[in-house]
Amino acid sequence: MCGIVGLLVRNPKMRDSIGELMLPMLIGMTERGPDSAGMAIFGAPVSADARKFSLYSGVADFNWTKLGHDFEKHLSIKAKIEPKANHAVLTTTLEPATVKIWLKEHYPQLHLLSVGQLMDIYKDIGTPAQVAERYDFKNFKGTHLVGHTRMATESAVTPAHAHPFTAGEDWCLVHNGSLSNANSLRRKLQYEGIEFETDNDTEAACRFLQWRMREGDDLETALNHGFEELDGFYTLLMGTSTELALVRDPYGCKPAIIAEHDDYVAIASEFRSLAHLPDIKNAKVFEPSPKEMYVWKL
Amino acid sequence: METLKFDLDTKSLREVNQFLHGDASGLNGKSIVIENPNGAHNIAVGLKAELDVTIKGHAGYYAAGMNQIAKVTIEGSAGSGVAENMMSGHVHVKGFASNAAGATANGGLLVIDGDAGLRCAIALKGADIVVGGSVGSFSAFMAQAGNFVILGDAGEGLGDSIYEAKVFVRGKVKSLGADCEEKTMNAEDRQILADLLKKSGYADVSPDSFKQYGSARTLYHFHVDNAGAY
Repeated sequence: MCGIVGLLVRNPKMRDSIGELMLPMLIGMTERGPDSAGMAIFGAPVSADARKFSLYSGVADFNWTKLGHDFEKHLSIKAKIEPKANHAVLTTTLEPATVKIWLKEHYPQLHLLSVGQLMDIYKDIGTPAQVAERYDFKNFKGTHLVGHTRMATESAVTPAHAHPFTAGEDWCLVHNGSLSNANSLRRKLQYEGIEFETDNDTEAACRFLQWRMREGDDLETALNHGFEELDGFYTLLMGTSTELALVRDPYGCKPAIIAEHDDYVAIASEFRSLAHLPDIKNAKVFEPSPKEMYVWKL
Repeated sequence: METLKFDLDTKSLREVNQFLHGDASGLNGKSIVIENPNGAHNIAVGLKAELDVTIKGHAGYYAAGMNQIAKVTIEGSAGSGVAENMMSGHVHVKGFASNAAGATANGGLLVIDGDAGLRCAIALKGADIVVGGSVGSFSAFMAQAGNFVILGDAGEGLGDSIYEAKVFVRGKVKSLGADCEEKTMNAEDRQILADLLKKSGYADVSPDSFKQYGSARTLYHFHVDNAGAY
């Protein structure tokens, strides 16, 4: 089991309270995923030449200020560091490839969770309520978000194994289900030069889509290849800079329910995570069909 | 008729279900309204009294599962396994139903006004199911007995490995499962269909607009050619 939640706020007036709207959605999925939780939030963009790097330290007392100083000193470039518990967002105009090499060389213990102009990722072990409290999910502001509550079935309970996963700038994915051919996918993709951070089956699905898109597929074509190659059960929810996308496996083994309203589009594994949303009675509530791709644009 | 209201915002579902499981002599004839269901699982499962229960909203998994005698109306949608293993009574879903609606149901009538998800009427054992909308793939899989009426379309693999349940479809069937074939509707079957349409609020729909499907009986009958295998 696992829980997924997604929220895209259409009404600009409600975007400052996206965190408050989402929090009961995530906590509502605690029974489906009590061991870890994560959230990708698409907020205000940084300047066109800058990137945000979401970093995870694994220890609460990590010295982020020192990292900021080291970065500026070694690379002679400005950087902004915004710590939040054992995560921090580093913003700089230095090109991502150089930042990644520097981080690997000087701070190999850190996990780089995401790179982008809009998206921050927070994920950690603990109940959804604990993780949300730790990273102040309630005060998130932004246009859309993708969240997950995890009940681990096939790999370890660590922050790195929690969702969302990323496969490119401002691109993330969460997964409810399990894949039986994750190992063979991983071997195949490693021959293609795709790097993995964990042995998680969702990461294999994520890297598969990353590989397909590197080969020139758009998201829809990549997912159609996915229907052929991903063996198992899945509901996948993806976020990009301007949209949310959802697919269910051809056997509809894993649930999803959608509420479309003039003010928002909300997605969850079960209706109980949507019940509190404003004016939900007038939303169009429906179940997505298996093997169909649903996309909502901002 | 006495009407009792329960609000799931203020009362726990366990308390409500325990009340509904009380001695039948004290419950018979009562009308129950459950407000703010908000997708909770297991609402009104295991009823066995002459109750009329109305759920004012969306229900979660297994709503009205194992029902006997009672009438349960869900005004919104229902999650997976609505009326699963129902023995008798009447369950009415006014919205859509998720996967495995009416799974293994032995008796009674399940009416779904909207669409039903995948595997509707899987392993049906004698209940009647009427779906006003369409049903998903693998519906009526291994259905053994009972009648299954679909006013809309059916997905892939309808009636795969079906035994003696009767399936009536008004719309298109994407594909039939193994050993499921179209049947000629005889007068007795037509009467079953007409009665069910009437009972479920579709009296104006002509039974002649349906096609009937059932078992070709090649899978579950012993074939003499296989005698050498024993």
